[in-house]
Amino acid sequence: MSGADTPELAAAAVAGGADIVELGFPFSDPLADGPVIRRAAEDALAHGMRTRACLDCLARTRELVGNTPLVPLTYAALLEAYGWERFDADARSAGATSLIVADLPVGERPELTRIQLVAPTSTDERLRLAAEQTDGWLYLVTVTGTTGARSDVSPALAGLVERARAVTDVPLYAGFGISTPDHARAAAELADGIVVGSRAIEVAAGGAGALRDYVRSLREAVDAVVPA
Amino acid sequence: MTQAAGLYGTYGGRYVPETLIPALDELDAGWRAARADETFQAELDELGRSFAGRPTPLTRAERFAPGKRLYLKREDLLHTGAHKLNNALGQAVLAQRLGKQRIVAETGAGQHGVATATVCARFGLECVVYMGEEDMRRQRPNVERMNLLGAEVRPVDFGTRTLKEATSEAIRDWITNVETTHYLIGSCVGPAPYPEIVRELQAVIGREARAQFEAAEGRLPEVVVACVGGGSNAIGMFSGFLDDAEVRLIGVEAAEAASLGKGNAAVLHGARSSVLTDEDGQIEDAHSISAGLDYPGVGPEHAWLRDSGRAQYVRASDDEALAAFRELTRLEGIIPALEPAHALARARELDAELVLVCLSGRGDKDLAEVLSH
Repeated sequence: MSGADTPELAAAAVAGGADIVELGFPFSDPLADGPVIRRAAEDALAHGMRTRACLDCLARTRELVGNTPLVPLTYAALLEAYGWERFDADARSAGATSLIVADLPVGERPELTRIQLVAPTSTDERLRLAAEQTDGWLYLVTVTGTTGARSDVSPALAGLVERARAVTDVPLYAGFGISTPDHARAAAELADGIVVGSRAIEVAAGGAGALRDYVRSLREAVDAVVPA
Repeated sequence: MTQAAGLYGTYGGRYVPETLIPALDELDAGWRAARADETFQAELDELGRSFAGRPTPLTRAERFAPGKRLYLKREDLLHTGAHKLNNALGQAVLAQRLGKQRIVAETGAGQHGVATATVCARFGLECVVYMGEEDMRRQRPNVERMNLLGAEVRPVDFGTRTLKEATSEAIRDWITNVETTHYLIGSCVGPAPYPEIVRELQAVIGREARAQFEAAEGRLPEVVVACVGGGSNAIGMFSGFLDDAEVRLIGVEAAEAASLGKGNAAVLHGARSSVLTDEDGQIEDAHSISAGLDYPGVGPEHAWLRDSGRAQYVRASDDEALAAFRELTRLEGIIPALEPAHALARARELDAELVLVCLSGRGDKDLAEVLSH
């Protein structure tokens, strides 16, 4: 979640082995998010992290992470208020590689190039459309549910990966509910990469060093998986 | 009016996580199939007559509005005490057609929660109602009624602790349990096709009232007035008169929850509409003595009716609503809910003789709040 220490935290995540860094632009009513990210958004807003401040944060982060892809993750309300095209243009000029809009399903606003999300409930037809329109990779929502740690990797992931592979060659990165190295390994055996949000936010509260070590533990778990 | 894509002008749409889209498609298909099936409407009509108490009467309020011919559409006399049952019954029948045995709902004043708990008891469905802690305090009797009816009321203890957060939590529950659960939304808000479904299920108010007013006066009202929170009683009432260009339609918002009067085009709870926001699109808090109007958003069709000029939206303050509440009670022997008391406050001063007001609910739930002022 964007905040004063985000550039330093992002750099620590990259040092720990993150290939891509997502930056939350907080929204007051985040429907896709569980309690951890919801509270992080409330805190960020209380500290003045409005759209302009988040874009500045993105630009400062870009200065610290070289060419690592940076992806703002937000909600449609922010783009609606800022202007859809203007948001996209300003985010990219501040260093964004792409964009994720959690409440903008595939098919809505197709002119906005972004990373598309698909879920276990997505039909094959929607998977195909998402794969066609997505920007580089597909975000597999592994659970029917909101963001936040789970005890196990969702049993729905395997089927979702299989259905997605049948319609596309784009990389598939799995997120929602992944928090431990064991989860990371299990998910990486199926998908091409993993996305961690809620747990990373919790760990980051312990500082950059803690986040770097945590990301490294995930990196090692993922790297231990022999490519199929 | 309603376009195929669930848009009202530039309002409406589906701003929800991908997880919900197949369920919305399924709901849309199920709704269209039900609408085309005569047995669905026949079942709703029969439930309306034999269970809910339809048609509700039209009552002239002569002492409350001397010098006018002001009529009240008495949705307060509907079973459970408010218009909310029209929608809850219809959606419960629809949910069963879709094979869903678990219902989640949000509630503000508790009237929608009670209506939902009631239909779930009637049909044997599992029922979970999300309610903000502040609203649970303000509307204690309705919490107790829901519990008695067998519903689980889950308190929402963050944010404003009112309808906005309760709605968000109900949607999160639905995202999590979408395969078994129907989200029984309480107003003409949310992602398509919900605004259309709720409007059509509440349209019975306007159909009945139009015929009753004509029978009483031999002509149509000059003005139709209804309170607007999310806007479901108003859209149901207005829908009976939209094609009568000579009939003025007036929605009354709570002064500090005036999504139409003071809002911006924004996205909340799955739809683009007129919403109380700051310049960055963050949702601002609404405030109203009436829990049912204490909501920063409004149904997308109302935003469109405002922009097109077909309906006007005005405001009433807490004090004005309280005054109208007391006067209707003393002068007519009818205790209104605080929500339609806002409509009553504006209706009385209109420059028109023939006035129709939607009395959307009764005021038992509000006694503690009113007596504390």
